[in-house]
Amino acid sequence: MITFENVAYSYGGGELLSDVSLKLAPGSFHFLTGPSGAGKSTFLKLAYAELRPTSGRVTLFDNDVTKLSRDDIARTRRRIGIVHQDCKFLDHMTLAANMALPFTVSDRESDHKDMEDLLSWVGLQHLADALPPQLSGGERQRAALARAVIVDPDIILADEPTGNVDWEMSLRILTLLVELNKMGKTILVATHDLNLIRQAKAQIQARVLRIAKHRVQLAGADL
Amino acid sequence: MRLPTAKPASPATRALEVVPPSGPTAWLTTFTAGAMTFLCVFALALSLASGRLATRWSEALAKTATIRLSAPEEQVQIQTDAILAALATTPGIASYRLIDEAETTRLLEPWFGPGLPIEDLPIPRLIEVVEADPPYDSDGLKQRLTAEAPGAILDDHTRWRRPLAEAASRIRLLGVLSIALIGATMAAMITLAARAALATNSEEIRVLRLVGAKDSYIARAFVRRFTLRTLGGAAFGAAAGLLGVAALPAADAAGGFLTGLGFTGWDWLWPLALPPLAAILAFLATRRAAFQKLRELT
Repeated sequence: MITFENVAYSYGGGELLSDVSLKLAPGSFHFLTGPSGAGKSTFLKLAYAELRPTSGRVTLFDNDVTKLSRDDIARTRRRIGIVHQDCKFLDHMTLAANMALPFTVSDRESDHKDMEDLLSWVGLQHLADALPPQLSGGERQRAALARAVIVDPDIILADEPTGNVDWEMSLRILTLLVELNKMGKTILVATHDLNLIRQAKAQIQARVLRIAKHRVQLAGADL
Repeated sequence: MRLPTAKPASPATRALEVVPPSGPTAWLTTFTAGAMTFLCVFALALSLASGRLATRWSEALAKTATIRLSAPEEQVQIQTDAILAALATTPGIASYRLIDEAETTRLLEPWFGPGLPIEDLPIPRLIEVVEADPPYDSDGLKQRLTAEAPGAILDDHTRWRRPLAEAASRIRLLGVLSIALIGATMAAMITLAARAALATNSEEIRVLRLVGAKDSYIARAFVRRFTLRTLGGAAFGAAAGLLGVAALPAADAAGGFLTGLGFTGWDWLWPLALPPLAAILAFLATRRAAFQKLRELT
């Protein structure tokens, strides 16, 4: 699904990531961990073509990212669900309209029944008409997750999805992610919350990638 | 529960909805388009009027000439006869006419005022010559007059005509230049407004890109909005400009070249073309600005 081959990424100053090679297989569940500023978000941005590698090759669905046009990137993102820590919505549109956005921007109709199912799956059916600024942190995270999965993507990339919520809500979001993985989705979650990773490992087979010294390594069983 | 599917909307309308309603600055685009179109109507009127003027002067003055005869009193009648005889035998003259004393007096009245005893002044004799097609040979006639009536001077008006016609076409050029500048200014202002709107909404654009919106989809929302605003403003400006031009005092023969500013006949259709032209300009300017700005955002 997503392949990194000797990927390096550097900002103006120095190298943030170097010599990263890995492959996210279909149906896998990966955690990405590491200290703040280590490059977790950068890694995810490389994985959804927000950034292009300074060297090496990133392949999304067998396409070299550097060869994708802006429209190709848009089409690729319809197959990738993205959840951010500070999830952004269109504040002037209702939650339901926001969740339907991936359909709206690709000029497709969202299915009424799917929408209702999705809203009740994330427990927000009573807030369909609410505007995003009226939602709490946990509600926003779940809404973002619902928006990310509405077009039935193959991959879900989540950047600190539990960063702004309490433990109980973190578990709830984790459960949703685990359910998605069981449905066959490839999941990559960036987090520095080791408890969350332990909790996940108890439920599914999750692999942990750790960023240290600009490199991404597969962590052992030392958690 | 109200879901988006409950209210069917065309893709274009939905594309409009994804961009937040714009704030109080939205009317500035409409105002600019209106003001610019209003000015454009006058620049247009100026160009068309001066164009007409240039043609009129060239044509009207080109077709007539005047022979002025100043001679000692006893010579006047002899030379007049000589001139008339010469004119009668010159090819290329449609008609000629000796302007009688009464008419001469009338012509001079605006300059000297009524009641002036002009009989006592040595008023030259005037003969109006209307050229035929093909016209007479001006130089040939001049030479012949010098020989047969030494006091006669042929004035074919080129001396007057050329600077006036030149001035008129220069004014027309200025008018056209003004229209071009007004158009360019409007495009520049709309571009700036569109860029500002895109910058203000960069967060929303990021969200849209994240969920897989193509640039063309995002641009559509902005382009549509600015095109419609410009169209509205320009329609208003054109209407106001037309009213303004229509309210100008009607042109009469005497002051024709001052009050002739306005539209005649089919010219009235030009200002009507301005709002659609402004809308097309806005469409192109916003589209260009949108794609440029979108490339800056990832």
